[in-house]
Amino acid sequence: MEATSEQLLWMYEKMIEIREYEETMARVYLEAKLPPKIQKGLAFDIGAGPVPGEMHLAAGQEPVAVGVCAHLRRDDTVVGAHRPHHFAIAKDVGLNAMTAEMFGKATGLGRGKGGHMHLFDPAVKFSCSGIVGAGAPQACGAALAAKKLGTDAVAIAFFGEGAANQGAFHEALNLAALWKLPVVFVVEDNKYGISVEKSASTAIASNADRAVAYGMPGVLVERNDALAVFEAAGEAVARARRGQGPTLIEVKTDRYFGHFQGDPETYRPKGEAKELRQHDPIPALGATLRACGLLDDMADAALRERVSARVQAAYDFGRNSPYPEPQDALLHVFAE
Amino acid sequence: MSTTTTTRRLTMAQAISEATAQEMARDARVFVMGEDVGKYGGIFSATTGLLEQFGPERVMDTPISETGFMGAALGAAAEGMRPISELMFVDFFGVCFDQIYNHIAKNHYMSGGACKYPLVITTGIGGGYNDAAQHSQCLYSIFAHVPGLKVVVPSNAYDAKGLMTSAIRDDNPVVFLYHKGIMGLSWMSYFEGSTNEVPEAQYTIPFGQARVVREGRDLTIVTLSQMVQKSVLAADQLAAEGISAEVIDLRTLVPLDRAAVLASVAKTGRLLVADEDYLSYGLSGEIAALVAENLDTLRLKAPVRRLAVPDVPIPFSRPLEQFAIPQVDNIVASARGLMSFKLD
Repeated sequence: MEATSEQLLWMYEKMIEIREYEETMARVYLEAKLPPKIQKGLAFDIGAGPVPGEMHLAAGQEPVAVGVCAHLRRDDTVVGAHRPHHFAIAKDVGLNAMTAEMFGKATGLGRGKGGHMHLFDPAVKFSCSGIVGAGAPQACGAALAAKKLGTDAVAIAFFGEGAANQGAFHEALNLAALWKLPVVFVVEDNKYGISVEKSASTAIASNADRAVAYGMPGVLVERNDALAVFEAAGEAVARARRGQGPTLIEVKTDRYFGHFQGDPETYRPKGEAKELRQHDPIPALGATLRACGLLDDMADAALRERVSARVQAAYDFGRNSPYPEPQDALLHVFAE
Repeated sequence: MSTTTTTRRLTMAQAISEATAQEMARDARVFVMGEDVGKYGGIFSATTGLLEQFGPERVMDTPISETGFMGAALGAAAEGMRPISELMFVDFFGVCFDQIYNHIAKNHYMSGGACKYPLVITTGIGGGYNDAAQHSQCLYSIFAHVPGLKVVVPSNAYDAKGLMTSAIRDDNPVVFLYHKGIMGLSWMSYFEGSTNEVPEAQYTIPFGQARVVREGRDLTIVTLSQMVQKSVLAADQLAAEGISAEVIDLRTLVPLDRAAVLASVAKTGRLLVADEDYLSYGLSGEIAALVAENLDTLRLKAPVRRLAVPDVPIPFSRPLEQFAIPQVDNIVASARGLMSFKLD
C-alpha cells in the first residue's frame, strides 16, 4: 500500500509534533524535582513540580503511532497503554486538554483526575490505561460494538512487548479471532519491559509468531520506520474493515528516554540511547519526502513552526489553566 | 394503576431472566455475554430462554476467558452498547479483577465524567450446598469497597426483577449478585420465601432503598440476600417467644440506605447484622460503624451484634459448613442474647 503525498506529509508533521511534545514534557517534568531545591538527601522528588507523578515518554517510538493512525478515521477506536502520548497525538486527541490533564488542571481531559497514563477523549475515541496488557480486551469490546452497530469502524490496541506475556493479551487474541472482530493488535517492541530485556522475558524472538496460535496473520516490522509500519498497518486495517478479522503486528522500535523520567537506566549499556538516536526515523522520513519532491527547506521550516506553535499553545494552556477545587475530588464517581 | 396487571409466582431466576428479556426487547443496545449463558441458559438459570428469543448475536457464549470478556464488556459499553456480562460464580473473579476494579470502576472517574460505562455484571454467590471454599463465597463487600461500582444483592423474585431492570437502565457499572440458594433451582434446596408474585409488566426498583420486610419493636435485624429469608424465619420463632424483630433488607450495598438502618435502630435500640460474607472488614462492620457514628442521636439498649462467616474459608463437610455459615438458629440465639442486655 502506497502512502499518498498527504499521508506522507501528515506522518512527518505528526512525528515532529510528538517529538517536540515529549521533549517539552521532559523539560517541564524536571522542574522542582532535583537538588538543591528538594528535601535534603533525596536525588529526585517524584511528587514535586508542575507535572507530578510518573512520566513515560515515547520519543523514538513515533513511527508506530503515525504509521498506524494514518489509516484511521475519527470513529475508529484506539486503546493505548501507560506510554500514550504518541498514540494520542496521532489520533488527534485535543492537545490543549491533554496537556492540561498532565498538569492536573480543571481544563484537562479528565479534569485532573486521570493524569498522563489515563487519558480519555471520547470525541476521537481514545483511551489508555496504566495497567500492562489491559487495553487489548477493551479494544475487542469496541470492535464488537462496531460489529453489532453495523459500522465498518475498527479498533486498535497498542501495547508494549512486555504486555504480550500477559494473560489479557492471549485472551484478547483468542476472542478477536473467535469472533472475527475488526481489531488490530500492535506490539511496540522497544526491547525493555522497564529494565528487563525482551530476551529475558519472552520465550520467542518475535511476538508476531504468536499470531498463528490464534489463527490470525502475524506481521513483524523489523525497522523503526514510519513507512514500514504504514504498509503493515494498512493491510491490517483494511482487512479488519472488510470484516475479515484481526491482525497482530509487532514493530521493533526504540525508546530514547528511560522507562520513566528519572529512570537511572542502569540496565542498559552506556550510550545506547545516543546510538539509537543515530537512526532517528524523523530525518529518515524527511529525506524520503525531499527525494520525492514533497519537502524543501522552506516547507520544512514552515511545518516546524506550525508544530512549535501548537505545542507551545498546548503547554501555555496547560500550565496557565486553573487547578480544580480540592473538593471536586468527590465528583464523578458515578454518572448521574 | 391498572387493575389488570397480571402477576405470577416466579422463582428469582425466572424473574431475572424475564427482566433481561423485557429490557432486551425494549432496547436494542442490550446484549448478554458470559459462560454458558446461551444453550445452557446460565448455570443458575439467570439467562434461561434468552437465546431462543434473541439469537446468538445478542446472547453470546464466551470462552472461559474472564479478563477477555469483562474487558470486552467495558469496551462495548464505552461505544454505547449496554452489555450484561455473566461470570457464573463470584469466587472466580480473581482472574479478571483488574478489568473490574482498575477499569470498569474507575474509567468514568478518571475521564472526569466524560465517558460512561453502562454495563451489568451478574454472578452467583453463597453457600449452603457443600460446594466448598472456591464456590461458596459471597464477597459482595469487595465490590462495594471499590468506588465506582453499584452493588445489588436481591433476596426475592419481585425485588430481583425490578432491581435488574434498574441495573440495565443505569448508566454506571452495576454488579448484580444473586444467591444460588434463593434462585428456585430444581436441583438445589432453596428458601421458598424467595419465590413470590411478580408482575408481568416491566417495573423498576430504585437503588438505595432498603425494604422493611417485617416491622418490629424490640430489635433490628439488618440483612440481605438469602439471609433475609433466614431472618424472616428467625423472626417468626422470636415472635413466638414474645420478641418483636424488625427485618431490614438492604437490597443494594452501593448505594446504601443508611437512613433506613438508622431509623429502625432509633426505634428498636438494638442491632443485629446478619450477613453471609466474612466477618472482618466487611458489610457487618460497615453497618456497625454507621450506628457507632450516630450514637449522638441514637440510643442503644444493647451492644451491636454481628453474625457472619467467622473468618474461615467455607468448609466442605456438611456439619462444618452449616456451622460456618450463620443459620436461622444462630439468628434466634443472637437476638435473644441482645434482649438480655440492660444498658442504661
